[in-house]
Amino acid sequence: MDFELNEDQIAFADMARAFAQNEFEPHAAEWDQEQTFPVDVLRAAGEMGFCGLYSPEDVGGLGLSRLDASIIFEQLAMGCTSTTAFITIHNMATWMIADFGNEDTRQQWCPELTAGQKLASYCLTEPNAGSDAASLKTTARREGDNYILNGSKIFISGAGSTDVLVVMARTGVDGPKGISAFAVDAKAEGIVYGRKEEKMGWNSQPTRMITFEDVVVPASALLGNEGDGFKIAMKGLDGGRINIATCSIGTAQAALNRAREYMHERKQFGKELANFQALQFKLADMVTELVAARQMVRLAASKLDAGHADKAAYCAMAKRFATDVGFNVADEALQIFGGNGYIKEYPMERYVRDNRVHRILEGTNEIMRVIVARRVLMEDAADLI
Amino acid sequence: MKVLVAIKRVVDANVKVRVKADNSAVELANIKMAINPFCEIAIEEAIRLKEKGHASEVLVVSIGPDTCQEQLRTALALGADRALQIKTDESPEPLAVAKLLKAVVDQEQPGMVILGKQSIDGDNNQTGQMLAALTGMPQGTFASEVAIEGDALQVTREIDGGLQKVSLKLPAVVTTDLRLNEPRYASLPNIMKAKRKPLETQTPEDLGIDISPRLTVLEVTNPPERAAGIKVGSVSELVEKLKNDAGVL
Ligand SMILES: Cc1cc2nc3c(=O)[nH]c(=O)nc-3n(C[C@H](O)[C@H](O)[C@H](O)COP(=O)(O)OP(=O)(O)OC[C@H]3O[C@@H](n4cnc5c(N)ncnc54)[C@H](O)[C@@H]3O)c2cc1C
Repeated sequence: MDFELNEDQIAFADMARAFAQNEFEPHAAEWDQEQTFPVDVLRAAGEMGFCGLYSPEDVGGLGLSRLDASIIFEQLAMGCTSTTAFITIHNMATWMIADFGNEDTRQQWCPELTAGQKLASYCLTEPNAGSDAASLKTTARREGDNYILNGSKIFISGAGSTDVLVVMARTGVDGPKGISAFAVDAKAEGIVYGRKEEKMGWNSQPTRMITFEDVVVPASALLGNEGDGFKIAMKGLDGGRINIATCSIGTAQAALNRAREYMHERKQFGKELANFQALQFKLADMVTELVAARQMVRLAASKLDAGHADKAAYCAMAKRFATDVGFNVADEALQIFGGNGYIKEYPMERYVRDNRVHRILEGTNEIMRVIVARRVLMEDAADLI
Repeated sequence: MKVLVAIKRVVDANVKVRVKADNSAVELANIKMAINPFCEIAIEEAIRLKEKGHASEVLVVSIGPDTCQEQLRTALALGADRALQIKTDESPEPLAVAKLLKAVVDQEQPGMVILGKQSIDGDNNQTGQMLAALTGMPQGTFASEVAIEGDALQVTREIDGGLQKVSLKLPAVVTTDLRLNEPRYASLPNIMKAKRKPLETQTPEDLGIDISPRLTVLEVTNPPERAAGIKVGSVSELVEKLKNDAGVL
């Protein structure tokens, strides 16, 4: 066992760091303030390979491991949490089409998605089906060679600015087994986008409601088989949870770096803040917990790469832990900045606002506990080690 | 035409450097390292010459321990075709570097050698000039623009108070200034492909060059802390201070 990054991973991380420092960080505050979705920068990110990290190579992806992807996303998140989070959702949806779409569907969408020329959204949540996603009501009714979509999705990241929607809809019985997944053209007739939600954070990407009114989807756009949709959605989210957890860690690391510098700059009572033991201990705890969270995320990524039987539980544990730690570290870093932490001239409050939602989406941290507890309490199951 | 680019592994420009406790050198343990920024500009210029069809091959060379292979791989990922490490655990002085590079020039017969004008660690600004002298090639230093016209090389140089244009006969030595170009990023696919590009290793002994130092570093210290400013009460006091204390008037 080896905890060191390999030569490739170091090179990937270096390049991602440089890209984030130059292309994200100088603009992140403005994107947040103006609610700008930086499509041009996403295209540039696509040219660098960031839009198809773990999609297969035959459709333009890089075929990297989830661990590699996490190492890369962490560096990107240090520059802009919200933009990186969108890139991770795009990667997840792209991978779902590449892995479960038939050849026509893959070729129709994936080469442009992996290149960042087109963007993807993931559409699971509905107004009345959030944590209980398997109760979703959007329907896909088979009619000849088509499915007809009706219903609505809520809180969809990127909606209105993306090109393809991965939509989970009901084709059969109640519950998870009656759900199917589709790659739907985002510009198809009958798709209506709601107004852009006003949010606490994640402001560099739009979040909108989507309504489907008799939207005709060719049957070939089905991902996997009828009834596989919920399983596919959850498979996407296993990786998605690692990605979101990673965004929390990168953001927390950026916050911690700033706090460390500030402790050397700011003087009170005639001394640098770094001289106060209360703050030293705070910083020590922050860095300790952050390192623990990072290792946990990388462990989960490695379990997912290995196809471990309990990968879903590891992803859930990592997401729960790292997003809580990431939020707390960002909040403590803000505290070290005192009043300046609360002022928008500094990025500290943005780090906190952006990291907050990671404890809610791609499965709330309560639902992560549901997943972990269910697994731990299973009778006759192997120990989780 | 083959273009030779010499690059150096240095402390990353974003790192705040610290002097070692015994004042012998700058602390390098656990410090993030990178390609010297001026060398990065040199690589970019070479790749652009290749993209424009002026160069057929870009060979990148670095002198240092095995860790400098990291920077050579980055150069390959950026678009260089081949890499050469001249392996040494010493930190050779500019003259030794110039002699090593001359040996490489003799081996490879490049049509152009591009170097950074200086490395941000030693700030010597000597290697390119020495290499030109040793090889007898003309030099265009502090380049802010490079253009090939026939078999001549037009180099716009950044000099005190303006720009100077020189026309050089190839083969020639060019050193880069900051405004020559803006280096690209190595894309992830190119980083992956770089692994399969050739990276060869030679030693100073292979090249028959003695790199033993001619200089002794006595002490490395931090720059003096900036003294606090003062407020002046009147214009005449200001003039007085500028004249007598600052000595600028
Ligand atoms: C900015 C943003 C972007 C989003 N992007 C997307 C997207 O791109 N695609 C998409 O499909 N969805 C997206 N979502 C939706 C997100 O995944 C859901 O908000 C989330 O899954 C929670 O669902 P809910 O909001 O309906 O909360 P609810 O399910 O109503 O939960 C309310 C509270 O009850 C708790 N709770 C619920 N059930 C249980 C239980 N069994 N035990 C204990 N506690 C429970 C929850 O943890 C939560 O605290 C996004 C949300 C936001 C805010």
